[in-house]
Amino acid sequence: MIRLRKLARAASVLTTPLAPEDILALFDPVFSARQLRGVVTKVVPETPDSATIHFRPGRGWKAHKAGQWARIGVELDGVRHWRSYSLSAPAGEDPAITVSDMGAVSGVLVRNTRPGDVLFLAPPQGDFVLPEHPRPLLMLTAGSGITPVMSMVRTLVPHRPDADVVLIHSARRPEDSIFREELSELADQFPNFRVTHWFTGERGRMDFGSAAGLDSLCPDWRRRAAYACGPEGFLDDAEALWAAEAAAHPKNSKSARAEGATGPFAADPVNLIIERFNTSLLAGAGHDGGLVTFEASDREVEADGDTPLLDVGEDAGVLMPSGCRMGICHSCLLPLRAGQVRDLRTGEVHGDPGQLIQTCVSAAAGPVNLDI
Amino acid sequence: MTAISDRTAATKSTASDSTDKPVTKPRPGALAASGRPTVRPPAAAHLTDEQVAELGRELDAIKDEILAKRGASDAAYIRRVIKIQRALEIAGRATLLVSRNKAAWVTGTSLLSLAKILENMEIGHNILHGQWDWMRDPDIHSTTWEWDFVTPARSWQHTHNDLHHRWTNVVGKDNDVGYNLLRMDEDQPWTPRALGNPLYNAILAPIFEWGIAVYDLELVEYQEGKKSKEAMVRDLKALGVKALKQFTKDYAATPAVAMLTGSGKQALFGTLTANAVRNVWAHAVIFCGHFPEGTDTFTEEMVEGETRGDWYVRQMIGSANISGSKFMHIMTGNLSHQIEHHLFPDLPSNRYGEVAPKVQEICRRYGLPYTTGPLLKQVGSSWAKVFKLALPGKKA
Repeated sequence: MIRLRKLARAASVLTTPLAPEDILALFDPVFSARQLRGVVTKVVPETPDSATIHFRPGRGWKAHKAGQWARIGVELDGVRHWRSYSLSAPAGEDPAITVSDMGAVSGVLVRNTRPGDVLFLAPPQGDFVLPEHPRPLLMLTAGSGITPVMSMVRTLVPHRPDADVVLIHSARRPEDSIFREELSELADQFPNFRVTHWFTGERGRMDFGSAAGLDSLCPDWRRRAAYACGPEGFLDDAEALWAAEAAAHPKNSKSARAEGATGPFAADPVNLIIERFNTSLLAGAGHDGGLVTFEASDREVEADGDTPLLDVGEDAGVLMPSGCRMGICHSCLLPLRAGQVRDLRTGEVHGDPGQLIQTCVSAAAGPVNLDI
Repeated sequence: MTAISDRTAATKSTASDSTDKPVTKPRPGALAASGRPTVRPPAAAHLTDEQVAELGRELDAIKDEILAKRGASDAAYIRRVIKIQRALEIAGRATLLVSRNKAAWVTGTSLLSLAKILENMEIGHNILHGQWDWMRDPDIHSTTWEWDFVTPARSWQHTHNDLHHRWTNVVGKDNDVGYNLLRMDEDQPWTPRALGNPLYNAILAPIFEWGIAVYDLELVEYQEGKKSKEAMVRDLKALGVKALKQFTKDYAATPAVAMLTGSGKQALFGTLTANAVRNVWAHAVIFCGHFPEGTDTFTEEMVEGETRGDWYVRQMIGSANISGSKFMHIMTGNLSHQIEHHLFPDLPSNRYGEVAPKVQEICRRYGLPYTTGPLLKQVGSSWAKVFKLALPGKKA
């Protein structure tokens, strides 16, 4: 590896200002000097509107832990868009994402991805991972929330005879239920894994209103470390149930641990680990303006919806890069961290995290965070 | 970079100085939709304020139309050009490694010259303008791109994108009018130094990239105290590093590898030739942009109170196109569509061709000159100016 890097540095004498990777990319698109890339190796349809995309990542990717997610960049009509997807492949294997068609970007991924296509990547991250020490587990998932848990199940169940995993998965209909067959096969094959499918089309929404519903599906749920992943409402319900149970049986952590050796645990919110697919925390609308946060400079300013972010920053004493101030020279570009901006020339409201914004012609449309 | 805009802000707001901040900052980006400049350039003097405003709206509409169409095919275009350029580059350089063979020398030098021209013109210049920023691809982006040209991309972006494109042909503000070296306008005072005009230009052409590198240091601004010592040191360092890398690649590393086949000297001569060919070509194309007969220059009064429409007018009557084949357009980096480029500097270059007839039609309708001609005629015309202005003379 070190020798490779030395070789690359030597080669760059001949390729400057390009990096040797830029030349290698002529032969294998996974090479890039700036942007981690992956080449799609296989696309497996899961349900009518979901697919698993396997890819071979380039150098710089780090192996994922079961349950983690990665940012994936996809091009729509020539423009790169980034979204986060859970990795469904087990730890230790080549990565794969399982994508459900729920929007413009995921739709393109599900329908148009072919082997050989290039995906743009950021290394895997996330804390929704298996516990360090073996514990009985309860997985609660709904819809595409199964994807990170699938990685956990695939990692744990076949390889750890001492594992004890209960999965309760909710989907609308059997044909919408991703991984249904594989989960049933695993449950048949491994006694340490139990799976319950809950089809809301037949039985309505799973009821977390009281402990009774969950008691009937998994009587010992209180003593299990629980992982939940699914839509917002589903997770809020689960959180509320764990909190209510903890409030109903108050005890300090010490006695809980002492009792744990002999009797059942009380449900403890600490034992519930949740993965939210959080979207648009900072969505704004139209000409409203909003709070502009210059993250690295640690400044916050209320801005109206008509003042360029460049002026807002300069007035706040932030060292803003600038140039022509009329939207032609691109000297003023700054990465957007969160929020949306309005292009003062066209009125278009836009903004993806990481996108470079022309601050001289963009105003805040709701709260905006800038990387400066 | 902010120093420039601060300076204009300062000169314009001296009246309402100190205590209360000026309510509106003078921002060129906020060019008024209506109104008029203190003086309208002679070529546009026949237009009413309303006509100029309407012309501005028409050009805005042309831009919007392209923005709506811009997409996957444009992205595919620039990626294809980059791929072709890199293939030419490695093929050319590899062939030079065995250039003891005469045919190999000719082939290698030609391929490398072609690659360098493409890299600077259709790829580098246009990416550094931000024409491809909309793709959000960090590999093809104005903030990350570095080019095969001595001057560092960031320095050039400042003098070119910011200063030249904003103040196009305004004598005293746009130093591209003669590059502080040549007398290229009657309004620039004649001194005996101007007698050397043709000589300077002839020397400049084959070493054009070094000329631009020095120009981008803004030595005059530094002498006048408008550029800080810090900025000067920073720019000098950046240029030193870049120049060393460029020099090493073409004049040390490539010949050194070629020595393995006994082609060291030939390879060195090959890279020297390729750079010179590119320099002469770039110099010729760029001089066709604003110097041929028919292009106008402007005074500072003409940009006082300039409206959006007037800004467009200045770009059109201050620039000149080159007519020719599609191949010629690509080899000039579509700077053959200089007029369209100056109107819309950050539209993708592959779209200028389809915009051109519409712009030409607008010029005809509003009675404005639209200067264009074949390459040799335009080169001849700009050289004629170099010779003519070597001598003192009154404005024609």
